[in-house]
Amino acid sequence: MFADYSTAELGAIFAMQGFAGLILFSVFVLMALGLAIIFGQMGVINMAHGEFMILGAYVTYIVSNIFSAYMPGLFGAYFFVAMFLAFIASGALGLLVEWAMIRHLYKRPLDTLLATWGLSLILQQIYRSVFGAREVGVSIPDWMMGSLPLTDLIEIPINGIFVMVLAVSISLAVYIMMFRSTWGRQVRAINQNRVMAGAVGINTEWTDRLTFGIGCGVAGVAGSAFTMIGSTGPTAGQLYIVDTFLVVVFGGAASLLGTIASAFSISQAQSIMEFFLSGSMAKVITLLVVVGILMIRPQGLFALKLRK
Amino acid sequence: MTLSNYMNRKELLGFVILAVVIFLVLPLALDTFRLNLFGKYLTYAFVAIGLALCWGAGGILSLGQGIFFGLGGYCMAMFLKLEASTPENTSIQSTPGIPDFMDWNQLTELPVWWQPFYSLGFTMLAVVMVPVVFAFIIGFAMFTRRVGGVYFAIITQAFAAILTILIIGQQGYTGGVNGITDLRTLMGWDIRTDEAKNILYFVNGVLLFAVLFVAQFVRKSKLGRLLIAMRDQEDRVRFSGYNVANFKIFIFCLGAAFAGIGGAMFTLQVGFMSPTLVGIVPSIEMVIFCAVGGRLSILGAVYGALLVNLAKTTFSEGFPELWLLGLGGLFIAVVMAFPNGLAGLWSEKVEPWIEKTLKKTKVAEAPGPNKAPAE
Repeated sequence: MFADYSTAELGAIFAMQGFAGLILFSVFVLMALGLAIIFGQMGVINMAHGEFMILGAYVTYIVSNIFSAYMPGLFGAYFFVAMFLAFIASGALGLLVEWAMIRHLYKRPLDTLLATWGLSLILQQIYRSVFGAREVGVSIPDWMMGSLPLTDLIEIPINGIFVMVLAVSISLAVYIMMFRSTWGRQVRAINQNRVMAGAVGINTEWTDRLTFGIGCGVAGVAGSAFTMIGSTGPTAGQLYIVDTFLVVVFGGAASLLGTIASAFSISQAQSIMEFFLSGSMAKVITLLVVVGILMIRPQGLFALKLRK
Repeated sequence: MTLSNYMNRKELLGFVILAVVIFLVLPLALDTFRLNLFGKYLTYAFVAIGLALCWGAGGILSLGQGIFFGLGGYCMAMFLKLEASTPENTSIQSTPGIPDFMDWNQLTELPVWWQPFYSLGFTMLAVVMVPVVFAFIIGFAMFTRRVGGVYFAIITQAFAAILTILIIGQQGYTGGVNGITDLRTLMGWDIRTDEAKNILYFVNGVLLFAVLFVAQFVRKSKLGRLLIAMRDQEDRVRFSGYNVANFKIFIFCLGAAFAGIGGAMFTLQVGFMSPTLVGIVPSIEMVIFCAVGGRLSILGAVYGALLVNLAKTTFSEGFPELWLLGLGGLFIAVVMAFPNGLAGLWSEKVEPWIEKTLKKTKVAEAPGPNKAPAE
């Protein structure tokens, strides 16, 4: 399959597909981070994670419309406001869902899965009723349009770079929250030993709720970033949920570094293969390899050593 | 195993009521079109019964039962499609004698792996064996490494996604997103007539009862008790010297075989098979049939499949927007408020009421047929 291309062209193809892979990687990382917090630290399967993401995307859509209608002068900066509001909206919904539903089901992980699937169906229908079944797009501010030419063969779109920068900064923020803040210490303590954590005075119930809320909030930010590179529909979240779970499981559920590493390998493999095979076959092969590796090594790439 | 061990009087009553519903009440009350719809719902009951054993008894939640349903259905569809694609029927194609979608995709020859499906015997074997072999591969790899719970659920879901993408992507070999359509005859017998649909409904019913009897046997056997023990305390069963993985693999394969039969009956009664019945969404919907019926109860699974699908058809005809809200609400309600489903309602509410009335009047009255199952 390489014979038809010259070496320089091959290099450019790998670079460009590699960059497309980096954008996919950023999306995976953004989505998987929230999930890694919720699933990795709390062991809760949130099948509605994609819908929390889409909520963030719709918030961004509303904010961009408000800005272009009332404050066209500030349009270049709307995205940062939207991102903040997306975090708040998804996070608040997450807190509510944890309070109403998840906290009753901590002992029954499989049931959580079914209940959150139900929640995702309801949210999808609400989005469809409110925003219509058709996909909506967001107008991108001018400074994000266009692309940077690196060489004559390689061009890099600016919105892609922006999403990547966003993914890196959010990963850093999550890292700092997990490993430097009081909340992060409490979450990790609860993950290691819930009873002891409660005994030393950590409010486990409130920490759980906050963790779930923050995980959902990060999903909202992911959705907000997602609007920069694609359009949003009511069922867009469902398309990504299996991929995202695989990313988290493949990386080793409790490890943030593992999540990032697995997001990187899956997205790169998929987007480079996509150029040479059809898109569907690239996806099938990637998923099969991931599932195959998981069958041999169920604990994922980076397993945290814990005494259970 | 003696007969009374196999089924006590309450369970026998439940089986009799279900038999009356399926073989008498529904055929007498419905026209052929509606009866065929109910036949379609009952094919999902095969999957739900398998799930009641895997998930309810064994604690293995598979979100990939659509895979096995689809594999069984596709095996049947391939046989029927080959029979429908005689050179005379397909003479307008550039290559007569191969299925129409292959011709549209510029295939000039029947792929080798389609060849065995000219034989009905092989097809009937494949309907059961292909899902079983697939389930065995997944089950063996996962259970011997002691992977279970949510990890298993996610992996099976990934398989459902992979198979759907593969079927849709390989249009020339599988019919793509439209699936395999325009199926006509089974060994020269036209399956599209009203008479054939009625007969197929009864064949389906008989097969369903065969599956129910097998499931009842498994539940009452030592294996059934071990499954429940494994669900509740897996380590203790292992320490008692049992090979937990083997039991799990067996029950998972059995569930897959049931689903395969259901899929084949679906193809026969509905007349097509498509990837929309294989993927993540239908697979997880099949779990809700079982959950509504009440997880542990195999009869409940049948009622669950019937009721949820009836609700789906009714709502999607009248108020399509409400259906997803209703289904979502059902998922949440059945988990949070009624974890025991219809079977729980029956044993908590209806049975005490029957006993009370029986004592009061001393007249033996049979409960109405449209109620929840005995458990």
